[in-house]
Amino acid sequence: MQDEPRPDELVKAVAEFLRNDIAPQISGHAAFKLRVAINALDLVTRQLTLAGDSDAAELHGLMLLLGVHGTLEGLNRDLADRIAQGDVDLTTPGVKEHLWQTTLAKLAVDQPNYGSYKRELESK
Amino acid sequence: MSERAVEALLARSVMIWCPGTTGVSAAARLSGGASQETWSFDITHPDGAIGAILRRAPPGYGAAPGRAAGLDAEAVLMQLAHDAGVPSPKVLHVLKPDDDLGTGFIMQRVAGETIPRKILRDDEFAQARPKLARQCGEILAGIHGLSAASLPQLRRMNAAAEIVELQREIDGFGGPRPVFQLALRWLRDNDPGASERVTLVHGDFRHGNLMIGSDGVRAVLDWELAHLGDPMEDLGWICVNSWRFGVIDKPVGGFGAYEELFSGYEAASGIAVDVARVKFWEVIGTLRWGVMCVGMMQRFRLGPDHSMERAMIGRRSSETEIDLLRLLAPRA
Repeated sequence: MQDEPRPDELVKAVAEFLRNDIAPQISGHAAFKLRVAINALDLVTRQLTLAGDSDAAELHGLMLLLGVHGTLEGLNRDLADRIAQGDVDLTTPGVKEHLWQTTLAKLAVDQPNYGSYKRELESK
Repeated sequence: MSERAVEALLARSVMIWCPGTTGVSAAARLSGGASQETWSFDITHPDGAIGAILRRAPPGYGAAPGRAAGLDAEAVLMQLAHDAGVPSPKVLHVLKPDDDLGTGFIMQRVAGETIPRKILRDDEFAQARPKLARQCGEILAGIHGLSAASLPQLRRMNAAAEIVELQREIDGFGGPRPVFQLALRWLRDNDPGASERVTLVHGDFRHGNLMIGSDGVRAVLDWELAHLGDPMEDLGWICVNSWRFGVIDKPVGGFGAYEELFSGYEAASGIAVDVARVKFWEVIGTLRWGVMCVGMMQRFRLGPDHSMERAMIGRRSSETEIDLLRLLAPRA
């Protein structure tokens, strides 16, 4: 077992240092690249914080949907194949809700400011 | 090649085909990858400086890969569009072997803005914004109306071929993509079949490739993905949510309504818009951009372009997944 602080705490502290102390000092293309870098660190923090729970929920949902046990990747491949073959579609009970839940969980990590995502959260 | 070297070659070339020229200045590389470059420079002339743009594949990078029309075809298309009254930069010169600049062309530099967030938010464009969607319809009508006989050799595409290509790319990614597979399935089940009308299709008519001023669209740029196909493809592509840059209730580029785009198109062409086909191409376009995002991630991981920006674009493919669900499986 590794000591603390946790990776998410470290990455967050680095992102805050870059945002608050370094960003105001630079300009031009380097400033643009720094913004991308800070965005990447923020994404990593969100993934470290959120993905444990959302992956567990996704795995549970896949097992319910497909009726088999497996890994997250294996069951996702199974679902993708069944959709491709037409064995599973939007009329299959639970499929639409599952795809929505897993996609919202991805956006929460990748791009929580994306317009469509914010709209879906509002209208929920 | 250094800026000074390119500037020297440009000066030698320009003095041959632009009488009175005394030289060129301010050559600066704008963008592009290894195989294609864009340069800005000024032609020094007694009547006043002429702003110019060089688009070229450097020597040794002549062959256009995959989907690209090729720089020679781009030059012909821009000139045809310009002559037909489509807002387009005038082509000044097509590169010849003696120019030692590779393949490509030199065109007039058109002043304006291509950055979406500025166009959609800055006061400077407030007067233009309400007119843009209709204007885009009129411009697309002009592009689709170019005489087929005058066009250069171009790739011919249709929805079925595009779906096969997307399927091949998605199956080639390592990881499973249930939402992309759902979209592919929908596309196969809803393919409206070959279009009766086959025209020149710009292929990348969206923000970034539209030079916009306070008066509206000033130039259509980047004809790299031009091909022959269903004209409704261009109308669907500019409505893809990824090109609305947050203004999601204005489907046409974040600046206008479907009806404005369609009425501009119909008024200028006299041809009815096939709304179902436009929707179909909007779905294909959304999936296409999602696939391109994953492709960026792969190039980051495998290829020479190991940049942070590319890596982060890979994390935008989920944006297209939520948009595909909003299109194909909207929640109540």
